[in-house]
Amino acid sequence: MRIYLRPALVVLGLLTVLTGLVYPLMVTGMAQLFFPWQANGSLIVRDGKPVGSVLIGQPFDAPQYFWSRPSATSPFPYNAAASAGSNLGPTNEALVEAVQTRIDALKAADPGNPKPIPVDLVTASASGLDPHISPAAADYQVRRVARSRGMSEAQVRQIVAQYTQGRRFGILGEPRVNVLEVNLALDAKP
Amino acid sequence: MTGHGALQIGLYLIALLALVKPLGWYMARVYEGAPVGVDRLLGPVERGIYRLAGVRPNDEMDWKTYAVAMLLFNAAGMLVLYALQRFQGLLPLNPQGFGAVPPDLAFNTAASFVTNTNWQAYGGETTMSYLTQMLGPTVQNFVSAATGMAILVALIRGLARRTAGTLGNFWVDLVRSTLYILLPIAVLLSLALVAQGTIQTLDSYKTAALVHPLIYDKPVTDANGQPVLDDKGRPKTQSETVTEQILAVGPAASQIAIKQLGTNGGGFFNVNSAHPFENPTPLSNFLEMLAILLIPASLCYTFGRMVGDTRQGWAVLSAMTIILALFLVMGFWAEQNGNPTFTGLGLDQTASHRQAGGNMEGKETRFGIVNSTIWASVTTAASNGSVNSMHDSYTPLGGFIPLFLMQFGEVVFGGVGSGLYGMIVFAIVAVFVAGLMVGRTPEYLGKKIEPYEMKMAALLILIMPIVVLGFTAAAVMTQAGITSTFNPGPHGFSEVLYAYSSQGNNNGSAFAGLNVNTPYYNTTGGIAMLISRFWLAIPTLALAGSLARKRPVPVGPGTLSTHTPLFVVLLIGVVVLVGALTFIPALALGPIAEHVLMVHPS
Repeated sequence: MRIYLRPALVVLGLLTVLTGLVYPLMVTGMAQLFFPWQANGSLIVRDGKPVGSVLIGQPFDAPQYFWSRPSATSPFPYNAAASAGSNLGPTNEALVEAVQTRIDALKAADPGNPKPIPVDLVTASASGLDPHISPAAADYQVRRVARSRGMSEAQVRQIVAQYTQGRRFGILGEPRVNVLEVNLALDAKP
Repeated sequence: MTGHGALQIGLYLIALLALVKPLGWYMARVYEGAPVGVDRLLGPVERGIYRLAGVRPNDEMDWKTYAVAMLLFNAAGMLVLYALQRFQGLLPLNPQGFGAVPPDLAFNTAASFVTNTNWQAYGGETTMSYLTQMLGPTVQNFVSAATGMAILVALIRGLARRTAGTLGNFWVDLVRSTLYILLPIAVLLSLALVAQGTIQTLDSYKTAALVHPLIYDKPVTDANGQPVLDDKGRPKTQSETVTEQILAVGPAASQIAIKQLGTNGGGFFNVNSAHPFENPTPLSNFLEMLAILLIPASLCYTFGRMVGDTRQGWAVLSAMTIILALFLVMGFWAEQNGNPTFTGLGLDQTASHRQAGGNMEGKETRFGIVNSTIWASVTTAASNGSVNSMHDSYTPLGGFIPLFLMQFGEVVFGGVGSGLYGMIVFAIVAVFVAGLMVGRTPEYLGKKIEPYEMKMAALLILIMPIVVLGFTAAAVMTQAGITSTFNPGPHGFSEVLYAYSSQGNNNGSAFAGLNVNTPYYNTTGGIAMLISRFWLAIPTLALAGSLARKRPVPVGPGTLSTHTPLFVVLLIGVVVLVGALTFIPALALGPIAEHVLMVHPS
């Protein structure tokens, strides 16, 4: 047995150094050298201070902002230190109640909006940190945001279009709107 | 099925199959000890490891020695990983100051990573220091994958060699898999992911000022952390304002690259590859999905080349691809159809160029339905288990797909190495079934399949269902098992069945609503993972040893060709039938019952 023990321990030790230290440190070094902005969290900096990450959503519940997708993180939504989905099953009553509450909130903030509510706007994302909503979910909110800011719908639509991404190469993924970027751009308008 | 959905599925499968031959050829050279290019750079490292470890690379091992070496290496790895978690509070690279991981959780996690399962009962960003993440999961991501590949190569040599007593050298197969296959691809993939936005830093968590402060109701807790109740018995809350967002960061890209390549699946963050810092864009998603199946698929070509007939490898790969494609399309269809309850609430679930539509609960906008369901099928066909959407929130039929794919025994691609050795065992069963039909002694690749081989094959096929169904039954009969379920009704049963199907097949994905971080689930799950990995690896090596000793029989007119479409159909039939006969009764109690309840409420 002892003749097998030495290779077991030595190979484990050496591969640990190689794959557990050399590999991640080397990748960290190269990442920091070639892609420092991405490697450090794609932060948006305003006046020298980070106001968020392009990749991580933030909670919005005021009428003058586009609302992000519902988030199931605890203890408050969009807690980027503890990602989580709701894990509610499709037939769970709690899911139906949660979706109904969100529908009511959207309708109360914009009574008489004739559009149907897109499903992604009232369902919790997988990460609880989804930075995007679908273009349809943005369309639904344009009227409310424009009214509460005293802007025209066309002006708001233009900003939304600026932060809307299509499918990659026209094929991969889904079209989407970055909520944080749109809201920052809205706030920057005089 | 939407046009864009079909296009993305097609593109994915084509890209994957295009990579099989070049990588498969390369890996065959690695295992044959031929020059491969990277060895000019890493050759000295390889030889240095052998020298320090006292390994003579040309010394071959019989199956028992090979198995002992493999088991000792894995036992040492498990002890180190356990100790690392228990003592992380005293060790460096712990900017968040996390304390020791509790013993039951540390056991489960150590078993999980050593067995290539990567079941995660913990939340990465709230439990583990950077040092633990790097030296623990990341290291095992490499070496547990390399262990699977080594066992596979031993089995292939057993089939390829004639009247041989040995199967190769475990240390050489392990080290060469790590150095020449996993490491170079992982470096390339991690940098590609960082370019897309995956984080890779050793800094502590970042703080950003929220654009709009958030006011929420915070539950009041007493000195022991228990919720305080008001006079009506409801939890008391107080209004709290949040003005900052703490962004958990860390050396994620390096871990994610290898977690996909090694069919490991253990994420850096709690929500795994749904987290935008792990999987930021559709392109990063595409690369990660390719990485999941890349090595399991390419090993089929390696297998064909090493047994001297590449058609054998393509036949096995065809069977795997056909099963995957069928399930993938079914899963996509189920999720795109959406949740009928949502339609009742007046929501718009129609797919269009303005939205993905469908059942978006637990899915990310950038991935939509199609990329969530491709991933769900791919990650469970392979024993990867990483997720980019929450399987617990899938429609009943959408959740049935990943559950059933795991229950095939992780042989449809499966784990790196372990998937193909499982599938080769099914091929042996298939020739046995065919042999029974025509009354002839079955043979596979010129080797006679005799009672000893069939005993090992039967063991390999029977152990997994016993583990999965046994532990599921025990859990739903005990209070400790039931109280952990999160969703009511048949969905709660599906959660338990999924948990043991996942651990009992070394997959690692979850219906994550189930609270598995309890001593009961941590212990039983850990045992399930260890049995399924090692009690299958040992009979596989025994089978390899027995096959290697045999003299090949010449091909005759009565020999069943194992590279024809007929054999592919037979192989698919055996895999699906064995899986269905074993698991349909349990599936009827979970997803099938829930589907009926969903479409016919009350």
